[in-house]
Amino acid sequence: MLTWLSLLFLALFALAAFLLGRGRALKAAGGASVRLHSLPNYYGAYAALWAGAPAALLLLLGAVFGGRIEEAVLQAERPAAIASLTPDRQDVFFSDARAIAAKESPSEVVYEGALKTALDAKVAESAKITATVRYSTIALAALVALIGALLALPRVGLEFRARNRVEGWINGLLIACSVAAVLTTLGIVLSLVWESWRFFQSVNPLAFLFGTEWSPQIAMRADQVASSGAFGAVPLFAGTFLIMLIAMLVAAPVGLYSAIYLSEYADRRVRSVVKPLLEVLAGVPTVVYGFFAALTVGPLFRAFFNAIGEGMAGGPLDGIAQYLMQVQNQMALVAGVVMGIMLIPFVSSLSDDIINAVPQSLRDGSYAMGATKSETVKKVILPAALPGIMAAMLLAVSRAVGETMIVTMAAGLQAKLTANPLDTVTTVTVQIVTLLTGDQEFDSPKTLSAFGLGLTLFVVTLALNIIALRIVQKYREQYD
Amino acid sequence: MTDAAINAGAAPREQGPRPQLSAAEARLKKRYRSEMWFKAQGIAAIVVAMIFLVVLVGRIVAQGYTTFETHSISVPVYLNPDRIDRTALDGVNYDYIVAEAVMKKLNIQDDDLGTTSGKVMDLVSRDLGFQLLDKIKADPSVIGKTIEVTGPVKADADLYFKGEIKRSTAEEDRKLDNQQLAWLDQLEKDGTVKGGFNVGFFTKSDSTEPEQAGVLGAVVGSALMLVITALIAVPVGVLAAVYLEEFAPKNRWTDVIEVNINNLAAVPSIVYGLLGLALFINWLHVPRSSPLVGGLVLALMALPTVIIATRSALKAVPPSIREAALGVGASRAQTVFHHVLPLAMPGVMTGAILSLAHALGETAPLLMIGMVSFVPGVPEGFTGASTVLPVQVFIWENASERAFHERTAAAILVLLVFMIVMNAAAVILRRRFERRW
Repeated sequence: MLTWLSLLFLALFALAAFLLGRGRALKAAGGASVRLHSLPNYYGAYAALWAGAPAALLLLLGAVFGGRIEEAVLQAERPAAIASLTPDRQDVFFSDARAIAAKESPSEVVYEGALKTALDAKVAESAKITATVRYSTIALAALVALIGALLALPRVGLEFRARNRVEGWINGLLIACSVAAVLTTLGIVLSLVWESWRFFQSVNPLAFLFGTEWSPQIAMRADQVASSGAFGAVPLFAGTFLIMLIAMLVAAPVGLYSAIYLSEYADRRVRSVVKPLLEVLAGVPTVVYGFFAALTVGPLFRAFFNAIGEGMAGGPLDGIAQYLMQVQNQMALVAGVVMGIMLIPFVSSLSDDIINAVPQSLRDGSYAMGATKSETVKKVILPAALPGIMAAMLLAVSRAVGETMIVTMAAGLQAKLTANPLDTVTTVTVQIVTLLTGDQEFDSPKTLSAFGLGLTLFVVTLALNIIALRIVQKYREQYD
Repeated sequence: MTDAAINAGAAPREQGPRPQLSAAEARLKKRYRSEMWFKAQGIAAIVVAMIFLVVLVGRIVAQGYTTFETHSISVPVYLNPDRIDRTALDGVNYDYIVAEAVMKKLNIQDDDLGTTSGKVMDLVSRDLGFQLLDKIKADPSVIGKTIEVTGPVKADADLYFKGEIKRSTAEEDRKLDNQQLAWLDQLEKDGTVKGGFNVGFFTKSDSTEPEQAGVLGAVVGSALMLVITALIAVPVGVLAAVYLEEFAPKNRWTDVIEVNINNLAAVPSIVYGLLGLALFINWLHVPRSSPLVGGLVLALMALPTVIIATRSALKAVPPSIREAALGVGASRAQTVFHHVLPLAMPGVMTGAILSLAHALGETAPLLMIGMVSFVPGVPEGFTGASTVLPVQVFIWENASERAFHERTAAAILVLLVFMIVMNAAAVILRRRFERRW
């Protein structure tokens, strides 16, 4: 609230600076703006930028990092009363102190005796610190705004190149915006690497990458089942790979054939109907596919396999029949097939672009030799487009590996090392979701292992994308 | 195939008067057959894709449309002063008072154990009880009078009216026994229970009771989140694209940015969720499960797509525009911001809307930042706890009650309608303002 109010005041101040700067420039020109180097508004904008921008940046930084500064100051001096608490409880103590000071709801921990006294002291201190940090930020911002305006306004004159200065500001803003994308990558890499590093301090990276047992629940009691705290991710990689493979078996032929038909055979009318419909399929949110997989495809497949099992029961393949009769809704096949449906438009539109990029002269040459359309496609177009199609498939694989909602809703949670598509498997993304939703203590290896999985996922998809982009780039050079 | 053709041509000496031609004809026939076959495969692929689309949408509509109809019950309730303790209004068993009123309608008596009233309570939503409480709180003088309340029936009763729970099912496999079904029939016959459009689904938020659950909270949450996403991703993305396309020198540094953006566009969305968790929640202490943190995460996710769309829109503006502006003395910045960008604006907006529509349907990263929690009200603001439509779908899909399944499908329909509206807006924008140079 206070920040918004000060931003409002700052905006008014910048407006005043704008009017002053503009007025000053016009006055210097004696009312004939032609004599000025730049248009009068640029002088105003110059003054307003110096008056407003640095101070606004300061307020913004204060709003973002103020909380952290307050926390650090508050925790700088730790009362003796809490020394006996575990680090976790100490953190709760401080967050409670801050919550009470901010009149928010604290945790349900009850403080008594010396702790209560210490808490009350910290609450008072926290309120004081918050006030100090807030008001000093605002005071500093006001000072910066004033200095900015005072520095900028006197410079406004006939020969002053205001437009160039303002454009310098604009250039800076543009660069800052394009660096934002780089900062995002940096943020992803740093946060994943940092948290994974903490994870790998308690779990050996080799045991993580090559271990074959995954059960991240760490036992609270000695007699708990399936809670050994093993972090071998191979079953997850295998499950991810299995589902990806099924998905590609559906998506690759259907997507590729429809792309070929659309670009080589279909007339404009068919194209104008089918392409938007495929785009609809591409625009459906993945959670919808997940719902479809869990409540339609899953029960359907289960009923299908159970029926086959019943039909075969008692026959020579009774073992298989018994197995089929017990197939559950959650199986790799369901998640894989639905994911394949999701990827069809992706494969199709990428392949379509690539096939269309094959020069018409190649087709004409082939037709002139008497080849039929299918011969042209098989012998001329596909070989020419092959690198691009490979790249498209790699991108689809990368999508399949990183896809989360379908597998979360339809694949299952049991980490099994199996190649049976009727079995329930789990994937990297499912485990990340499971580990990070619900109650979490942030420093346990269980939670941190999600970041280890995330880092693996990021590296794999990044590698797939880079290879795909490389292939596409190389391929483009042949015709351009 | 070519080898086969040569072999077929090499052997035919003693095959009749015009061996060459018939061999060629056979070959041609074979080639045409393979042509037909190939074409059929292509058509089959398209048909398969279309069937998937139809089945997907059809199933969701079939599962969800029943939600939009619901049954409500209106009963005159006598607010018995003996039962209502004026000093502790919140502690009164209003559900029982409602059940009494329904039993009176049905002309039945409660037994000593309260089995009958318990069974009746299973038919009527607790919403009516809450309505009584609200009415008494608003005006305590209604105690002792008879007032009419209208509210939904319980989800199971609703399913019975809609034919989802059938009499033909064995009694012990149903949630409602024969007696309850008979009561429901009686109530429907005398007009106490009426079917109608389910307004509550659009005016209520999440609830643990299916008949009281609605999508309003999720819709508001989605809207707040998209506002944040749009306010960050669109300006930053457009300006970044303007820099890269119009100002940036061609050097290694800009190459790095470019490769980076292309790679970011393909990073799995769940990784953005991990980033949001580590950066915004654990480091910057942005409130968990708030539209603010969700919007920030989705903004980072939408940024590369906005940049890529804007760049292609800028590329489509012909260089002659720039040259003309520069020729009459405009500076580079003036050229771009007065001429090129306005001309590219339809394309930019189309790209921006499409990436926002994509962000609207995104679920996975939001699970990471705590949006799965149960939020019963409409979100209070950008920093309050909230849920969003796709996550609501996920939460309801996990619920065990059967009535939630139809609501899940209905929530998906609402989500799809929003996405269709956004996509249609993008298409119209493109059609209406697109210029061919």
